[in-house]
Amino acid sequence: MSDQHFLRVDNLSKSYGANQVVKGVSFGFDKGEFISLLGPSGCGKTTILRMIAGFETPNGGAIHVDGKDITGLRPNERKLGMVFQAYALFPNLTVGDNIAFGLKVAGVPREQRRARVDEMLKLIGLPGYDKRYPYEMSGGQQQRVALARAIAPRPRLLLLDEPLSALDAKIRVSLREQIRAIQRELGITTVFVTHDQEEALSISDRVVVMNAGNIEQLGTPHDIYNRPATRFAATFVGHLNALPHATFGADRAIRPELISLSPRPDTDTTLVGTVSDIGFMGSVLRLKVDVEGTPLSIDTFNANAAPPQRGDQVTLHLAARDVLVLGAA
Amino acid sequence: MKADKFWSWLVFGLGAAYFLVPLIATFEFSLKMRRGYYSFDAYASVFADPDFQATFLYSSLVGLLAIVVGVLVVVPAVYFVRLRLPHLRPLMEFITLLPLIIPAIVLVYGYIRLYNSSSVIPFTGSALGTDILLTCAYVTLALPYMYRAVDTGMRAIDIKTLTEAAQIMGADTPRIIATVILPNILVAVLSGAFLTFAIVIGEFTITSLLNRPGFGPYLQIVGANRAYEPSALAILSFIITWGAMGMIQLLARFAPRTSARTD
Repeated sequence: MSDQHFLRVDNLSKSYGANQVVKGVSFGFDKGEFISLLGPSGCGKTTILRMIAGFETPNGGAIHVDGKDITGLRPNERKLGMVFQAYALFPNLTVGDNIAFGLKVAGVPREQRRARVDEMLKLIGLPGYDKRYPYEMSGGQQQRVALARAIAPRPRLLLLDEPLSALDAKIRVSLREQIRAIQRELGITTVFVTHDQEEALSISDRVVVMNAGNIEQLGTPHDIYNRPATRFAATFVGHLNALPHATFGADRAIRPELISLSPRPDTDTTLVGTVSDIGFMGSVLRLKVDVEGTPLSIDTFNANAAPPQRGDQVTLHLAARDVLVLGAA
Repeated sequence: MKADKFWSWLVFGLGAAYFLVPLIATFEFSLKMRRGYYSFDAYASVFADPDFQATFLYSSLVGLLAIVVGVLVVVPAVYFVRLRLPHLRPLMEFITLLPLIIPAIVLVYGYIRLYNSSSVIPFTGSALGTDILLTCAYVTLALPYMYRAVDTGMRAIDIKTLTEAAQIMGADTPRIIATVILPNILVAVLSGAFLTFAIVIGEFTITSLLNRPGFGPYLQIVGANRAYEPSALAILSFIITWGAMGMIQLLARFAPRTSARTD
């Protein structure tokens, strides 16, 4: 791993008693990258984030930020920013005082603090809210304030611990777009922890897929979805159809949207099956088709034409190069 | 009125009478100092007594000191146990209950044996030393109430996440306790403070045996030597205690409001 990585984690491990939750994890990221740690609960992603923050002490390994070893530093010496799932705004302070907290601790003079608070409120789209109290605001607004509070002292690294999980679905999507826009504008290196693969894929420059304390795959969202390195990465991220053994051999799979009901220029393989179920999801139509006893999911865009009916016989078209070979791992 | 409501009201009435009748009788008696008609002469006599003023002032002062010391001891202790040593909570619960189990008389004899004027730490050798000892004793007596008030206050806020949020922004522990934890449990701390005050103001056993001029011993002396004033003093004590309780109720309105919203 090269030295010039802005955030570098070397052989990091953590155990609680006999239970090893992080098993010698290493990765390195460049300045300004948006990184997601993605995995099911208990995979160690939150523990890694908390070790970067300094809230947990690793049993082994090291963490470097900007070339400096921060492994032994206390959280308040690391100059990082963090946003929590439960917002964690100070209920006794106004929005303005919440955002100014880190600046005040750092001894920034009052006038500069006020200017920075105004700048932050404008950035998160809540100008003029500095006199409000957290309880007077919606969850989405509170989380934006928490984001402003985290970045106001210009931290070296921004840590986001499932910041969208406590929010309703609609707010979640709009806030994640806003977080990404602000991150791009400031160019701040960001580590985002989530168990939601759609969130991780849509927002990140690179994604670390984790399972049981190990990294399964590290790559761009495009790579991870289209070229999963392990069986776990393939099945955890997105939907996957196992293809019938008889025709394709063992451990062959394909994404639902890569099977079509009509031939495409690149398709070279056909299958015949019976429609067993139809799920209408608005923009997408999800068909369940039974092929030689193997159920396959097929996603097609909703077209304003009569969709197939249950029991219909359909011909499926797919390209052999889209078929994934699942490794033994 | 339905029959079930009738019985509810009857039980309520009997319960209320059990507490109110002696109180009303005491109040009525306290007004009878002047023969033939009601007057507040007994109260006037109490307020005019320089000993009343002196002892009340003394007990109030030691009470305030006990509150300050109690807050300084209890708040950090509860904070650290909740944050870092949660397995010690049952032990904390037990220790803070001890003052309710061990009689004050045992406590004060212990003090006198340990800190008498010929001991290594002769607290009782001087008035100031005895005042310090008395303050400590009051802190101990009020511990069950102060601990529970503060513990409840801290349960209502997410101290772990708030602490972490403050830490990552560079704050050290004293700053976190002073600017993040204390303001958010202030209402709970004040409830504990008023309870402490209510206990301390009428405390007799320890104050008397340490021979300090407190309000409790004064009540006893007046009770033994006068007819009407003790009733007036009893009513006054009740008013002080109720005042303290009323303040707790009033303060509860200013408790931190939850902001857990999903929209």
